[in-house]
Amino acid sequence: MSTDALPALSRPHSPRDLFWSFTLLALQGFGGVIAVAQRVLCEDKRWLSKEDFLELLAASQVLPGPNICNLALMIGDRFHGWRGAFAALAGMMSVPLLIVLVLTEGYAMFAHNAMVAGALKGMGAVSAGLFIGTALRLAPALRGNVLGFGLCVTLAAASFAAVALLSWPLVWVILGVGLVACVLAWRRLPAS
Amino acid sequence: MSVLLALFLSFLTLSLLAVGGAITVAPEMHRLLVDEMHLLTDAQFNASIAIAQAAPGPNVLFVAILGYQAAGLMGVLATFGGIMLPSTTLALAASRWGHARRHWRGVLAFKAGMAPLVIALMFATGWILSSHEPTWGSILLTLVAAAIVWLTRVHLLLLIGMGALIGGMGWL
Repeated sequence: MSTDALPALSRPHSPRDLFWSFTLLALQGFGGVIAVAQRVLCEDKRWLSKEDFLELLAASQVLPGPNICNLALMIGDRFHGWRGAFAALAGMMSVPLLIVLVLTEGYAMFAHNAMVAGALKGMGAVSAGLFIGTALRLAPALRGNVLGFGLCVTLAAASFAAVALLSWPLVWVILGVGLVACVLAWRRLPAS
Repeated sequence: MSVLLALFLSFLTLSLLAVGGAITVAPEMHRLLVDEMHLLTDAQFNASIAIAQAAPGPNVLFVAILGYQAAGLMGVLATFGGIMLPSTTLALAASRWGHARRHWRGVLAFKAGMAPLVIALMFATGWILSSHEPTWGSILLTLVAAAIVWLTRVHLLLLIGMGALIGGMGWL
């Protein structure tokens, strides 16, 4: 983990703590859990610094599979080994899985209700805002980046344009912009 | 080969292709479940994604709903088990590998190089979500929510609740 974190980072007591913490975290995550994960893990529980969070999220995004599940798995593993990994992932999945199965049974009844459709639209608009707000909150972590803040912003703008405006497949963006960024960072780092 | 086994094997393969989340291989799932195996209708397929996005929890749960609609609880095991097993095993192994070598120049370069991308992808997700049938009202709501998350620590559930209320009243 990075050493430049603010003092007083905490850690989960046990796999059980991980299970319940991730259950509560998942239950707050409508339309995407990442915003809630950043809030809970970095700010409420203080298990991770912003830099740690970005690092783990980067690894989860490069690897195949759902990002947030990979993230839970890695955090659980880092604090409490494979039992922690399993507990965190199970916490993230179990109760939400039950909820969606119940909702699936009830969906047909409410799908065409205008109020439900409107509420879903409103929740969708807010969850878009959650992503943007969380990105803005994490951005200061780039100040300590070896690439320098200006280059970080340029690389971020290029990736944003590729994904959001040009709809390039994510794999290309990671292989293209990501590779350039990692090579640039490599050249600025001291030899190990 | 039974349908369940066929489903399980297909989703095992899809798991390792799902860079960026399970939603990136949704078109392939659609081809498989709707066009090829005729287990689901178009409407059922779309509803699965809508339900998972509206419900709390990770969006990958839409894969469980697909399995449930196709073949009940055993279907959940086949599709959801299939999509999760390879990717979680790989993530665990990769995370341990990287953490054991966290002071290596290559690992540090990955960390520093990917940080701006991760933040950009978060902006992009927000952009893509908000550009789905946008209205002035929904854009304004997105921007206000973004500013509140950025600058305050208001509980996120409160924001989602406000969004549901504003949308439910038909103001968007």
